Order: sequence, then C-alpha cells, then structure tokens
Amino acid sequence: MNVELVLFILLALVAVGSAIGMLFSRNAVHSALFLVLNFATVAFFFLFLGAPFIAMVQVTVYAGAIMVLFLFVIMLLGAELLRQANTVLPWQPPLTIFLAVVFLGVIGLYFWNAGVAGLPPALAGDEAARAFGSPQSIGLTLFQEYVLPFEITSFLLLVGMIGAVVLTRDEKKQ
Amino acid sequence: MAMEWVRLIEWIIKAVISTAVLLAGFAYMTWAERKVAALLQQRIGPNRVGPFGLLQPVADGIKLIFKEELIPAQADKLIFLLAPVITVVPAFIILAVVPWGPPVKDFYGPGQDLPLGIANLNVGMMYILSVASIAVYGVTLGGWASNNKYATLGGLRSAAQMISYELGLGLSVVGPLMLAGSMSMLDITNAQAPVWFVFLQPLAALIFYIAALAEVNRAPFDMPEAEQELTAGYHTEYSGMKFALFFMAEYIKMIGVSAIFTTLFLGGWQGPFVYEFPWLGIVYFWGKIIASLVFMIWTRSTLPRLRYDRLMAFGWKVLLPAALVNVLVTAAALLGNQVILGAVLGALGVAVVIAIFFGLARRSRGGPAGRRARAAQSETVV
Repeated sequence: MNVELVLFILLALVAVGSAIGMLFSRNAVHSALFLVLNFATVAFFFLFLGAPFIAMVQVTVYAGAIMVLFLFVIMLLGAELLRQANTVLPWQPPLTIFLAVVFLGVIGLYFWNAGVAGLPPALAGDEAARAFGSPQSIGLTLFQEYVLPFEITSFLLLVGMIGAVVLTRDEKKQ
Repeated sequence: MAMEWVRLIEWIIKAVISTAVLLAGFAYMTWAERKVAALLQQRIGPNRVGPFGLLQPVADGIKLIFKEELIPAQADKLIFLLAPVITVVPAFIILAVVPWGPPVKDFYGPGQDLPLGIANLNVGMMYILSVASIAVYGVTLGGWASNNKYATLGGLRSAAQMISYELGLGLSVVGPLMLAGSMSMLDITNAQAPVWFVFLQPLAALIFYIAALAEVNRAPFDMPEAEQELTAGYHTEYSGMKFALFFMAEYIKMIGVSAIFTTLFLGGWQGPFVYEFPWLGIVYFWGKIIASLVFMIWTRSTLPRLRYDRLMAFGWKVLLPAALVNVLVTAAALLGNQVILGAVLGALGVAVVIAIFFGLARRSRGGPAGRRARAAQSETVV
C-alpha cells in the first residue's frame, strides 16, 4: 500500500463521483461544474503517469477554456433548469445503457485475459516515461513526426474561427 | 530517508511563508494603493489609524469581519459561497512555481542545495497559464449565483474579457520561453543573466503588462466593476468577508502577475552579486515586484476606463496580432544569426512600441473622435 496507490484510489473516487454528479444533477450549471471537477481530476492522473505537459493542457484547454464556454451558453440561454421531458430524445437512455454495458464488457474481457498483471504500472518514477512526457519530447514529436496532421488540425480550427466571424458579422456593412 | 522528511518540512515552511507574505502583501497593497493614488492626486490619503495610516488595513479587516453577511433569497447558496473561494485559491497557488532567488549552495551539507522557491516544474509557465484559466470561474459563478441581472451581466462580461486577454497573455510569454529554451521559471531567470528579456522583447513585455492588467481586472480594464453601468458588477450581492475575499483575490493576483512579469522580463532575482549571496536575490525579486505594483497603481490613477466594445476590439485586433507577429519575429531571429538576434529583436520591438504609443497619442489628441471628446469635456467644465 504505497502513497501513490492511496492517492490514486482517492482521486478515482472523486473522478467517478463527479461524473455521476454530472449525470444526475438537475441543474445544468451544476452539471458543468461537476464536469470541470472531473477534468481537473483526470489532469492529476496525467501527472501520475509522468505527463505534466498533457496535465497542464488538460486543465488549460478543457477545464479552463471549453467549460467556460459551456457555462457561457448555459447562462446566456437561461437553460440551467432541466424540464421534466424525456420525450426529446427517446432513444437515448436505452442506447446509453447498451453502450455502457459494451464498454464494461470490453474492460472485463481485458482483465479476464490479462489478470491483475494487466494493470498499467505507475509511471511517475520511471525515467523513460518521464522523458517521453516532457514538453521537449512532445514538441519534437509534434513538430517533426506529426507535423502534417498538426498543420491540418490548425487549419481546420482556423477555418472554424473564420466561419464563426463571418456568420456573426453585421449585414449592414456590405 | 531523513533527508526526505527535511525536504517535506522545507516545502511546508516555504508554502506557509509564501502564503503569509501574500496575505501581508494584500493588506499593505490596499494601504499603498490609497497612499500612492493620494500622492499622485495631491491628497494626503489614510493617516488616522497608526503612524502614516499604517494600521488602516487592520481597521478595514475588523470592519469587514463584523459586517452582516447577506445571501440573496433566490441565490444558488452553495455556489454563492463557493465562488469567492474559487477566486482566491488560484491567486494563492499561482506563485508556487516562481523562484524567489538562486539555490543556496550546500545549505544542508555538501551537494544538498536549498532552492529558494516552492517548486521548479519543467512546465512552470504552463502551470501558470492553467491556474490563470481556472481563475475565470469564481467571477462568472459569483455573478450567476447571485440571481441578480446586473451581477450576472458583470460576471459574463468579465469572463469574456479574461478569456480574450488570456490569448494575448499566453502568446506574449512565448517570446521569452523561446529565448530561454525552457518553460521552467528558474531556467528563464537564469537565461537573463547578462540582458533582461524586457530589452530583447519590449513588445512582448508591453503586451504582457496590458493583458495582465486586463486579466486581474485592474483599471483601465476594470470593466467587471463598472459601478456606473452595472451597479457594481459580479460582486453586487456580496458583503462582509465574502466581498473581502474577492477584494483579496484582486490584490493577490496583482502581486502574482507582478512576480511573473518580473521573472519573465525583469530578470527575476537577477542583480549584482546575487550568485555570491543567494539571499540577496529575494531582495531584488521583491524590489522589482514593488516597482511593478507601484507602476500598476500609477496606471490606474492615470487612465480612464475603456468602453466595453473598444476593450474587446483592442484585445482581439491589436494585442493578439501584435503578439503573433512577436512570436514570428522571435522565431525567425532565433533561426538566424545569434549575434544579430538582440539587435533585430530590440530594434523591431522598440519601433512597434513607439508606433503604438504615437498612434494612441495622435488618436487621443487629434482626429475627429478626439476633438469631439475634448469639446464635450470643455462643455461640461463650462
């Protein structure tokens, strides 16, 4: 029973708890906040795996930027209180249950085959993992090996941004 | 094993000292703000409580503690209580990665240095940006949970402002990061041994300073607290200690961004004889922070508040492109000759800074808008 395992179990409880809270709270703002907590907890898992850069990006991009935009939309539309209407997407709950069962089945199958030895080891102390997760190695991999996908992604984002600007532009100026 | 316990105690002591210094800094920033503003406006400022009004923060604190705490009837109570806490915590933890001085060599014996900073992460700058991005929540949620339209509008406004200026802020630090070749704040400070980055990256320093003012909601970007437009903004419904927490967060964030500005552009703890006497680094570090803080107070007493649409336009159409150009030029200069690097960066940066200042000056003095503004002003005076 080492410190890392205890911390992992605590964080895992928080992560699962916040995910459940996100699903079951009736107020959309509370749901969004539970999701922020969940993202922050996942960032801690990245730290445990020796990937500090990914952890910080997770907090900055997901917990920081994207969820703030979610909150914006919820608050501006005044959509925080959910109406008691399951008629909007009637096929959703059965599909959710089916997919959850499939997901748990896949995980169960993996451990059925691999046993407890299949658990990934804690990597924070591992030198190779630490070097791989450093900002330098991520930068080199991203800008040398995967430079084309990186450029295409950034181009897509740029197109999306220009599209948003064009859509919201004032008509009178033309 | 014994050494690990010593390290643990060392971390706890450093964290406690950092928190205590920030708290004391907050208390005396409120005093300094009023004193310096008074000096600039030829007033006297607080002078009733203690010598030179030095006990004024204590009196203010006692007053705020004994004030009645109100919670609006329809407010979301949990989030209403949580919002000030969410605002204060990032303000405290953001300084964890900033070094206060160079490592004290052989402090515990041979080969056992004492680093003068809580943590030296290899992703230090990313940590600062991620903590800063979390700070938006407190303001937004505080405004929303109050169940008051003015507070909600103020919260949304300030969130939009903080997100917009985060882009300029994040891009302006890329220049120093590229010059230092590291995201660790200690490496960045070490890289400024002969020349501070403010001379190599004047444009980045200016963008960082402006964006940081917007990020901590200081004048001329104190839009979230526009009393005339929004009664008070996101903290309209807050009173007593909960209001004091928002207030505290603002001042501690001021100290925080000053410390980061110092580390990135003013050489951090660099100064004469600092490697011989590491403790001297703390003096240099805090001296530079205080200079930066006084400059912020000066800015506040000088400039009027920007209008909201102009504020957003400035952030997106001026700061962001300028920061992008700065990144591009720095990268190009780094690729080319290292010797001409300083000359190219310095000359370009100074040219752009001068151009911006002249442009602003011309707009405020001449031009139809400026003339109209002056005419309106003279009418009100008459």
